Amino acid sequence: MKSLEELRALKAKVKNDMTLRDGADDTRVVVGMATCGIAAGARPVMNTFVEEVSKRNIKNVQVTMTGCMGLCRLEPIVEIIDKDGNKVTYVKMNAEKAARVVAEHLVNGHVVNEFTIGAVAQ
Amino acid sequence: MQIFRSHVLVCSGTGCTASGSAGLFDEFEAQLKANGLENEVKVVKTGCFGLCAEGPIVVVYPEGSMYCRVKKDDVAEIVTEHLLKGRIVKRLLETGDEENKAAADAENTDFFKKQLRIALRNCGKINPENIDEYIAVDGYEALGRVITTMTPEEVIDIMLKSGLRGRGGAGFPTGRKWDFARKSVSDKKYVCCNADEGDPGAFMDRSVLEGDPHVVLEAMAIAGYAIGSDQGYIYVRAEYPIAVKRLEVAIKQAKEYGLLGKNILGTDFSFDIELRLGAGAFVCGEETALMTSIEGHRGEPRPRPPFPAVKGLFGKPTIINNVETYANIPQIILKGPEWFASMGTETSKGTKVFALGGKITNTGLVEIPMGTTLREIVEEIGGGVPNGKKFKAAQTGGPSGGCIPASLIDTPIDYDNLIKIGSMMGSGGLIVMDEDTCMVDLAKFFLEFTVDESCGKCSPCRIGTKRMLEILNRITAGNGTMKDLDELEEIADTLKSNSLCALGQTAANPVLSTIKHFRNEYLAHINEKKCPAKVCKNLMQYVIEKDKCVGCGMCAKACPTNAITRTDYVAPGKKLAAMEIDSSKCVKCGSCLATCKFKAIYKD
Repeated sequence: MKSLEELRALKAKVKNDMTLRDGADDTRVVVGMATCGIAAGARPVMNTFVEEVSKRNIKNVQVTMTGCMGLCRLEPIVEIIDKDGNKVTYVKMNAEKAARVVAEHLVNGHVVNEFTIGAVAQ
Repeated sequence: MQIFRSHVLVCSGTGCTASGSAGLFDEFEAQLKANGLENEVKVVKTGCFGLCAEGPIVVVYPEGSMYCRVKKDDVAEIVTEHLLKGRIVKRLLETGDEENKAAADAENTDFFKKQLRIALRNCGKINPENIDEYIAVDGYEALGRVITTMTPEEVIDIMLKSGLRGRGGAGFPTGRKWDFARKSVSDKKYVCCNADEGDPGAFMDRSVLEGDPHVVLEAMAIAGYAIGSDQGYIYVRAEYPIAVKRLEVAIKQAKEYGLLGKNILGTDFSFDIELRLGAGAFVCGEETALMTSIEGHRGEPRPRPPFPAVKGLFGKPTIINNVETYANIPQIILKGPEWFASMGTETSKGTKVFALGGKITNTGLVEIPMGTTLREIVEEIGGGVPNGKKFKAAQTGGPSGGCIPASLIDTPIDYDNLIKIGSMMGSGGLIVMDEDTCMVDLAKFFLEFTVDESCGKCSPCRIGTKRMLEILNRITAGNGTMKDLDELEEIADTLKSNSLCALGQTAANPVLSTIKHFRNEYLAHINEKKCPAKVCKNLMQYVIEKDKCVGCGMCAKACPTNAITRTDYVAPGKKLAAMEIDSSKCVKCGSCLATCKFKAIYKD
């Protein structure tokens, strides 16, 4: 390393890897990963969230997972909880839908109404 | 770069390694592979989290779930339940918390909530053997800023303004030390790191070295720039093999990245660091003895002045700072001296790490702002004294320090308050004692340590500590007289004013402070021939309460000297005759007390 700029460039590169370990103020993307969720295809959904969030370099978002919330028929379920505790529940997700949720909800702040539990589970 | 959705941090500090964390890392890797998760979950070896009593510790992020006392057999469950299905394994979470979601997040437990971590900031958060992780959390940014944008005088000014004082014990202002060394004119100067942590019960330096070795390297380079030195030495105990290994790895990585060595970050500044291993002599933690040892001589102190800042290692101006002191420095540079000075008390700024030990529920490492009361440390962070016993005193400063009795539990802890009540900060060992601790015995324990560790160069220390120990042995054996007390105090005075180094000058502190705060216990030993805490074997006996004894005879079987025999007395409601102990045969091993299921045996 020959300059402070180089050090900072390396830091920017390796920092993403560490954001997972800090901050309770983050928006949390919680993917249901119980047996029912995994069977319904939660893994590609989770992976899409992880990849998209990091590709778009979105700050203050944690992708995490949880168990079964009892609505197995609507899996894969993804809940997005903002730092104030407001919660949006998306159901019957897949990788394409996940990419759209990242773009519209996490980036632009618009809830994708057609995927939410209210719209799908009439 | 590969992206992981979850990180599993396995503590590999000495505490957790001793309780078996080494096998956990491999087991996690194997189990993750078996479940096809090796590309989703990353396992990281990290430094000490501080909650050593509950080790081995494993933390799973992003949830921050802290699992305690994890055994190899638990790994499969954590992987299949938590990492595969997202169900936190509640039975392994830190004890003492109700089943709420707060317990899943380590930061929310009582143990961590009250702490403020600066020196321990990265311990348990980053992989100490990976320089990239240190860089990701602002590592080497402070060094970069210092050598590219500041003059040495500006750096020293920041240290002066921050009010940082040496964390090794004496509490000398770090900025002033640097200033002296800066002003000493010489062709060569040295920067030393005192990592010869020797106080019984203190292990904060070890944890920093094991959990965040790069912070020490970075701070030493900053110090080198400030005083005009290009060579650093870390003097570390050979008994800290993990710390030594991680330092070696860290130095190698820093050199590969060009963060140590010639022309750091393209500037004119060059700085190199070498390790020197100490053989574990307590006196080598004293700065002049430490330097003598680095020079390759027998570790003995030499008179000061001249101070090291004028004439130190190899006769050149040298600064010596403690590991924890260094661990604060990069943060002070990055966040500013005002930030650091805003914490703590009038004369003691910032935070202090304490190693909690003894009769306390949460033994481990805690970092708290200066001025926190002993009550907060013991009762709130430490979880109080276990088994419903009463807090009697806390010992700080190790063999150089003294006791804080229960009556002073609300004293805000800082350098000056501790000196005022006859103890000292020391390196930060904090040993909690309950009603079962004999204070005379405690003083004896520390004196035995100093007698062993006195280097023998000066006679006040070599002979004085020995004579004091003889007197204490006399008192605890029941042969003490009132004259002995006066003599103890007299020798203590001589030691204080005539010893060559701090080892001897402070060796009497444990005795003086126990005499000051617990004089009645000394008097009980001398006049009544009683040990109030029932510890000193010559001054207590085991007794069987005949009306409680069912006559089962288990105690007699356990007794190694056949001191227990059956009497003729049958207690009301009991079928067999009671037992009794012949004090003349009893060696006071306590085996009978441990075997009796009916609580019929007590100490008197």
